[in-house]
Amino acid sequence: MNRTAILWRVASVLVAASFIAAWQLVADLRLVSPVFLPGPDRAWAALVRGFSSGDLAGKLIGTLEHMAYGWLAASIAGIALGALIGSSRTMRAYVAPSLEFLRPLPVSAIIPVAIAMLGLTQGMALFVIAFGAIWPIMLATVHGFAAVEPRLYEVARSLQMSRAAIIGKIALPSALPDILAGMRLSLTVALILSVVCEILAGLDGLGHWVLLSARAFRSADLFAGVILLGATGYVTSIAMSLVEQRLLAWQTAAR
Amino acid sequence: MSLDRTKPLLLPLALMLAFELWARLIHLQSDSLAPPSAILAALATALADLSIPIATRDTLFAAFAGLAIGSAIGLALGIAFGISRPLDRLMEVTVEAIRPIPSIALLPIALIALGFGYRMEIVIVAFACVWPMLIMTRSAVRSIEPRLMEVSRALRLSAPQRIAKIVIPAALPRIFVAFRLSAGIALIVAVTVEIAINPIGLGAGIMLAQQALRADLMLAYLVWIGAIGYALNILLIAAQRRLFGRAALAGDHP
Repeated sequence: MNRTAILWRVASVLVAASFIAAWQLVADLRLVSPVFLPGPDRAWAALVRGFSSGDLAGKLIGTLEHMAYGWLAASIAGIALGALIGSSRTMRAYVAPSLEFLRPLPVSAIIPVAIAMLGLTQGMALFVIAFGAIWPIMLATVHGFAAVEPRLYEVARSLQMSRAAIIGKIALPSALPDILAGMRLSLTVALILSVVCEILAGLDGLGHWVLLSARAFRSADLFAGVILLGATGYVTSIAMSLVEQRLLAWQTAAR
Repeated sequence: MSLDRTKPLLLPLALMLAFELWARLIHLQSDSLAPPSAILAALATALADLSIPIATRDTLFAAFAGLAIGSAIGLALGIAFGISRPLDRLMEVTVEAIRPIPSIALLPIALIALGFGYRMEIVIVAFACVWPMLIMTRSAVRSIEPRLMEVSRALRLSAPQRIAKIVIPAALPRIFVAFRLSAGIALIVAVTVEIAINPIGLGAGIMLAQQALRADLMLAYLVWIGAIGYALNILLIAAQRRLFGRAALAGDHP
């Protein structure tokens, strides 16, 4: 980063800080009832208190666990199914339209069905999160496999590579940008569905924490939870871009 | 040609037929599954007694109201950030800090501030719709042919004139793509809020059917919600083709 970029960044942080100061002012002047809007000082205090007593850390870990297990299951299943469908022309013709039909379905609508089947359990949450997160990954994989440069397949045929070798050495690497973009999208889906499942099923996590805080009108705790959820979304998306950069470094270098 | 048309339909039809036969063979009694014939019957009944049409109206009202508010805010901010690079850089950290908050996390805040009903749902939908609109409008405005902006300067257009006559028309195809994506998000968020907590609309309907152990009605709602999502998507894609032709498709895969 050069000097002007750093200066802009500092100015940008200052602008954000002034928004927080304005929030503090609104809270201090009681323009909005403190029942609904705690000042940033109280939200921060609640955050520190929650972490020092260990409550909030446990909830954060709970949410991260739901999200990670569901997302990982969805990634593995999504890439495998997507590769299976995407690498065969017949499968694409018969199966892909059904998948496209299911794509605009609001995935949260599957929650009641999952509750009827599995009850208000961890398994239900895991199923819902994985089911919701699988679509972007699977469709991106199908799309990525379908868009592989046809001449690469010709090369593979003339080298007499096996189907597994074609998938592993040619199709997967060239579909990787699509797959990673799908995985990034479904990371957000996984976080949202984790929160919804925790709210509905009372599972240990930040979703349950913010709902309980709201019911008890403990607005500072509520804001602390929302801030942590925002931080979770931010950190996971940053981590994903780092992974993306690293895994796709060969591609930018080749261009 | 006719075979190509029927191919996509074969898999779902075969699955439904197999499920129907299986359900009849074992005389399925379940709280979570129902044969397709029972689902269709429940759907027809619920459509006839107006419970599904009323729920649909509630959900679509909340989704579209939130979409209108959210995309208007997103559009205004997107144009402002797209035109003025300094403004964009100054607001960068603020936007980056607020955007990753999952929309559904605002649910408890909206709940204690606004109570149950349309208002809290509209606020959450609006929050979710701001971001795709902002990000895509900003990049659309920024990629406007620079010579067009030079022309507007040469003509000494005022800032509002420049936005109305140059910026919006030039960026409109890609703005519509953003609007289409936001509409999908609006429906998803509205249904999610209803399922999680708000006792109105299709989401509340499907939860009630589940709690009443009416598997056929629950799955009928699921099919209906899917059909609404599909119809909305088809409608907006058709509108996009009609209005902008190939210009909009160019922005689809940037």
